[in-house]
Amino acid sequence: MYKMNMQDMPEMLTHMAELMDVYVPVRRGGLVNFEPFSQGVEVDLGTLKTVKSPKDFFLPQVEHLFSAQSQGSKLSVKPQDLPSSPFAIFGIRSCDSRGLEILDSVYLSEPVDKFYEARREKGIIMSLACLDPTATCFCTAFEIDPAEPKADVAMWEVVGQLYAQAQSAKGESLIIELSKFFQKADIGDIAQEQGAIREKASELPWGKLPLQELKSDRLLELFDAPQWEELHKTCLACGICTYLCPTCQCYDVQDHGTGAEILRYRCWDSCMYSDFTMMAHGNIRNSQKERFRQRFMHKLVYHPENNGGEISCVGCGRCVSKCPASLNIIKVINSLVVKADV
Amino acid sequence: MIQDLMIERAKQLLLSGEITCAAGWKRGDFITDSQPAIFESLQELENLVYDKYCAANLSKYLVGLNLKEGKILVFLKPCDSYSFNQLVKENLIKRESVYIIGIGCEGNIRLEEMQGTELLERCLVCTKTEHVVYDELVGEQLNAREARSRFEGVLELEQMSSGNRYGFWHEQLSRCIRCNACRNVCPSCNCRKCVFDNNKYDTGQKASVSTFEDQMFHIIRAYHVAGRCTDCGECSRVCPQLIELHLLNRKFIKDINTLYGPYQAGEDISAQGPLTDFNAKTDPEPGIIHQGGQADV
Amino acid sequence: MCKQDSLIPQIGVITKVKTETPDVKTFSITDIEGKKAFDHKSGQCAMISVPGVGEAMFSITSAPTNTKLMEFSIKSCGVLTSYLHTLGDESQVTIRGPYGNAFPLEEFKNKDLLFIAGGIGLAPVRSVINFVLDKREDYGKVDILYGARSYDDLVFKEEISQKWPDEYKTQVHLTIDSPQEGWSGNVGFVPAYLRELNVKNDKMVIVCGPPIMIKFVLEELRNLGFEKEQVYTTLELRMKCGIGKCGRCNIGSKYVCKDGPVFRCDELDSMPGEY
Repeated sequence: MYKMNMQDMPEMLTHMAELMDVYVPVRRGGLVNFEPFSQGVEVDLGTLKTVKSPKDFFLPQVEHLFSAQSQGSKLSVKPQDLPSSPFAIFGIRSCDSRGLEILDSVYLSEPVDKFYEARREKGIIMSLACLDPTATCFCTAFEIDPAEPKADVAMWEVVGQLYAQAQSAKGESLIIELSKFFQKADIGDIAQEQGAIREKASELPWGKLPLQELKSDRLLELFDAPQWEELHKTCLACGICTYLCPTCQCYDVQDHGTGAEILRYRCWDSCMYSDFTMMAHGNIRNSQKERFRQRFMHKLVYHPENNGGEISCVGCGRCVSKCPASLNIIKVINSLVVKADV
Repeated sequence: MIQDLMIERAKQLLLSGEITCAAGWKRGDFITDSQPAIFESLQELENLVYDKYCAANLSKYLVGLNLKEGKILVFLKPCDSYSFNQLVKENLIKRESVYIIGIGCEGNIRLEEMQGTELLERCLVCTKTEHVVYDELVGEQLNAREARSRFEGVLELEQMSSGNRYGFWHEQLSRCIRCNACRNVCPSCNCRKCVFDNNKYDTGQKASVSTFEDQMFHIIRAYHVAGRCTDCGECSRVCPQLIELHLLNRKFIKDINTLYGPYQAGEDISAQGPLTDFNAKTDPEPGIIHQGGQADV
Repeated sequence: MCKQDSLIPQIGVITKVKTETPDVKTFSITDIEGKKAFDHKSGQCAMISVPGVGEAMFSITSAPTNTKLMEFSIKSCGVLTSYLHTLGDESQVTIRGPYGNAFPLEEFKNKDLLFIAGGIGLAPVRSVINFVLDKREDYGKVDILYGARSYDDLVFKEEISQKWPDEYKTQVHLTIDSPQEGWSGNVGFVPAYLRELNVKNDKMVIVCGPPIMIKFVLEELRNLGFEKEQVYTTLELRMKCGIGKCGRCNIGSKYVCKDGPVFRCDELDSMPGEY
């Protein structure tokens, strides 16, 4: 365990930014998102959640795969280079860093996604304990501890001090690199703060959810549950939930002609969109009810069945606070479980 | 209390067979969570709520719903009634299949993490204090508000140098994540197949390969709703990235008012829309046909 | 399967285009050096693309025993497929794969086999048929029941009418939906013909065709006393990545591109009916 004065943080970040790209939460135009750090950028560690999850550092919204050129009848393909620059994301929360582990179980399983893997290898996660979990948070339902973030470097802000602990080899070497800013600290220094966080977290209104009921042996029963009819009714079929979600992982592959060449890229996609499963001869999900159901069944039943019971939600609450129709995974879980048991 | 009156009236209408269902709001997960809902039974109607968190404009939900048998009851705030009217004008809602109860509005709260105390921007500049369409009004109509001009933001932008203005929009629109929430919530965005969803003609576009394309999406959308946008403010309310989309729409509204005389979309369904009523002789922006000297309308 | 370049294709060269029906063509494709682009198993698919037009998954219709090239029988029905139909010899496309599981040809050994296909559904089945016929001694009797809307819509005409019927212990039963001048074979839908043929329920069955045909064929098979464990089919869904990540061919906990496209019919019962 190490610590430093919060006042020294900008200098430390400036030093880090000489070694790699550093992204920090920045408030701009009334909202907070991760932005590149450079000297003078004001870091906002007080706002609990960024609007966007940090998933786009690993799975960018748009990513080029290759370019293709045709000369006469000859076609050539030039693969996009794998990302190779080191970077750090400073101030990720426990829920979001758990979100990356869930993406890992998809993108790092065979066959490994090389683009994602390269970014995971190059990226250092520095995550920060949540001093003040808010009502839309429900990470504790997924056994995520907001007082003990999992990362390369875990951090705690306690009375003017930033405590840091390396949790991986990458984190160890970063701390060594930054050693002139840190001094040794005692792990006991953060115990009181951790206790306070956990106490607040234990009182989150949706911090306990009846997830044990969502067993995959009930897959067809849950799929056919009558509740979907009611649940989806006011869904506007936008992609807010999908795009802000730290674990939503689906993508589309499309081409973009620049005139000189064709760029093949992949981009985020949403199973909420009508063309997601559209084929030349028809669509297997013609109604919004079916698309809505797919998103939640994937998170709550299908993904867990393929990944040792791991539910594809981290309780970050972005869908809770941002859905224009106020539909969210909490409502789905409660409706499916409560009504299914009557 | 207005909420009780609304529940009572809805129940009466449902019992009498006048309506088969009702569009309103119900209490969700939090005290601030008043989510749009469709009610189909007396029991469900017990959950109807009405408060300053009922921000969702229910008019959009009626597009497509009007094909059902019987009438649907909808609760409309004054500003929502403009959207409703505009949709009737565009033949997207059958007026006779909807029963409208007009309800007063004191403005909606802007929520962040489901908490908040301030009004939404649209409510701070609200001028639509009277319903333009309804079957009956329920409860006290507490609509008058001290409003500041809704064009202040547009004026500021007009006074900027073009470079600064470009910078402003570039920063705003490059935040876009193409979630389509602004489009899907917008009552005026009602194309059966949006041009941005259409892969057949190479116009389909799900993500932006360059920041220029974010601008394309929003500018084309603003053009397409121009003259029909009632300035209901739903686009800015739902944008997760807080893009000030209402400024684009209001620029169009302001220009239309200047060029063609004051016009409020949704106010009067018999009025000709400024951009759909072409008169070559009086048109202040007659375009090439008239300039060519050929048109004689 | 771990490929460095799962999403990066190689160049494929069209070496031959054969018109099968008014809307189906069979494309022979090799790699840029004229060799087979990659090995495959019967039932597996490949992603073929024309950059700027699109990319889609197609079943490999040639048998794994064909080590020189791969064949794809493609019906013109969308943007990419109709573009592919305009291409001729020496045209270049991109190709990546192979994707998906395969028919359990080991399990089929020494068993009698019944192939049932409708229309373009014969394309994936043909790969298995030709594999089995190339290793004739490993398998029992072969029955092929194939139907299409009309004579013109029957694909692989040479094989279905000459090559396959001449093979040892192999019978081909053809049918078309409605009577046609010059056609002396059976007339009627595939499921009805199946009932007429009254096949013994001691075979393994491979079914592929339009969803409605599959539905009625499965019903007939049940009536004939077949168990679901004896019947295999392939599913076709929209796919983008081919490696079980992009999410669009996800049905239940299966990804059709990775866990399919071949499914045993009792497996399908545990999946939501979104196919």
